[in-house]
Amino acid sequence: MNIVNILEEIEKVDGEIYERLSPRRNAMKDFYNIGKKISLAALPLAMGSMFQKAYGQTNPSTVNDVLGFALALEYLEWNYYNKALTLANTTYIPDGPARAAITTIRNHERAHVDLLKGALGITGADGYVYADFDFTAGGGFADVDTNYQTFLKVALAFEDTGVRAYKGQAPILKGNAVLTTALQIHSVEARHAAHLRQMVAANVTGASGLKPWIAYSANGNDTGIAAVDAVYAGEQNTTQAGIQITGINGTSVTQSQAAECFDEFLTGAAVKNIANLFIKAGKKLT
Amino acid sequence: MKNNELITQDELQEERLFNSSLGRRSFLQFAGASAAGIALMAAGCKKDRNYGDVSMGATLDFKDDFGVLNYAYALEQLEAAFYVKVASAPPSSFTTAQKAYFQDIQFHEVAHREFFKNALGTAAIGSLEVDFSSIDFTNATSVLGAAMAFEDLGVAAYNGAGVRIKSTDYLVLAGKIVSVEARHAAYIRDIISNGTFADLASLAPLGAVNANGLDGALTPDKVLAIAGKYVKTKINVINL
Repeated sequence: MNIVNILEEIEKVDGEIYERLSPRRNAMKDFYNIGKKISLAALPLAMGSMFQKAYGQTNPSTVNDVLGFALALEYLEWNYYNKALTLANTTYIPDGPARAAITTIRNHERAHVDLLKGALGITGADGYVYADFDFTAGGGFADVDTNYQTFLKVALAFEDTGVRAYKGQAPILKGNAVLTTALQIHSVEARHAAHLRQMVAANVTGASGLKPWIAYSANGNDTGIAAVDAVYAGEQNTTQAGIQITGINGTSVTQSQAAECFDEFLTGAAVKNIANLFIKAGKKLT
Repeated sequence: MKNNELITQDELQEERLFNSSLGRRSFLQFAGASAAGIALMAAGCKKDRNYGDVSMGATLDFKDDFGVLNYAYALEQLEAAFYVKVASAPPSSFTTAQKAYFQDIQFHEVAHREFFKNALGTAAIGSLEVDFSSIDFTNATSVLGAAMAFEDLGVAAYNGAGVRIKSTDYLVLAGKIVSVEARHAAYIRDIISNGTFADLASLAPLGAVNANGLDGALTPDKVLAIAGKYVKTKINVINL
């Protein structure tokens, strides 16, 4: 085991490794002191402890990156619903169950914003306000503020994106207590998505067959709304961990059910591309 | 551990652990193992004595990812068995659309079950024997109530177990499944009462926090205690 090689390998993924190690003289001193006494076999353990000292002092920046990313998405969702609920338009979100459901969802998104701000130690104003967004997505959803059907389509895209976004970030939070909180938000977004899918099915022309879960479609998008193809890219997958789910072990699981029963994740980059369609220049996610 | 004297000692040990009356150092000298490991073994022995032959049950050993996957496999077995029974003879008041969606859910759960079975291979626990005597399968209210309980519990189980998973691949797979369980839960809740798809206040007993917009999350011991009424097979938990 060559420590220089190891450090070089780490440098490839963390350019600040030497900075992290050398200013923390205690970490290095401890390591070299131990180094005098330990056998080669115990070296990996000692290395681990050195890196824990270098990295373990604060919440890893990657976890904060995930939380900040999640917060931006929650800002987007909250502003969308909150604005819609203030628009007085009798042909827009109807009073009764529809308005109640959107209110429930809006309140959850606000709770997520507040929770994530708290986790990140943000005490000031929101990082994104309504004026930072363009919910028409550059005109693609031009009547989003007046047409209930358009409102529902965009809302569904946000929720299904949210589910995929949190799922995609889970590996970075692996083993961290924050993961549990992220999963608890993730499944709430999935509940929202399932309900919105039923609202879309009941109200959007041509969408009556939309299921609460994401059915098979050749390009992954089962909504019939071409503008949101990117939200569903890859959802047509029916193979998990190399195991074909369609007809698994001689069962009658159909291709659609195989695609439905596992929701796919989206990478952070893919989610940012989708979110940025709705974020104005200067505030886009990078 | 069949030695009665040992069991008694373990139980004493367990009590002392909880009372924190025994110093860590002397405890380790006595036990010769990690405190956590022994406490769990003690709990296991206690259960063995109270509930009979361990060899008849299924053991979930949470020392590694196989334990978590087997835990998920056990829950999926339970859900699949329930929906297979419902889908084979749905309550007469179910609509055509509801029957179709319960068919879907049935096959989703069957697919999850078979996926875990294949992924676990020889490490898989056996088939669990279920006990649905508390459910009236001819009555829609009873069936929907049980379905909601299974789905909400499933969500809380996956949410609570995620942090135990060491493999990135399995963590993502659990994430892929849990959101589908949440979709099921929302759908079933909306049938029971439209608009309750994410009634987090009602999910507080499963660990949900309405004020923070958080769904349920429970540790495996709590989940298994709740699921226990539906399972005849004894499930032993070690290294939790």
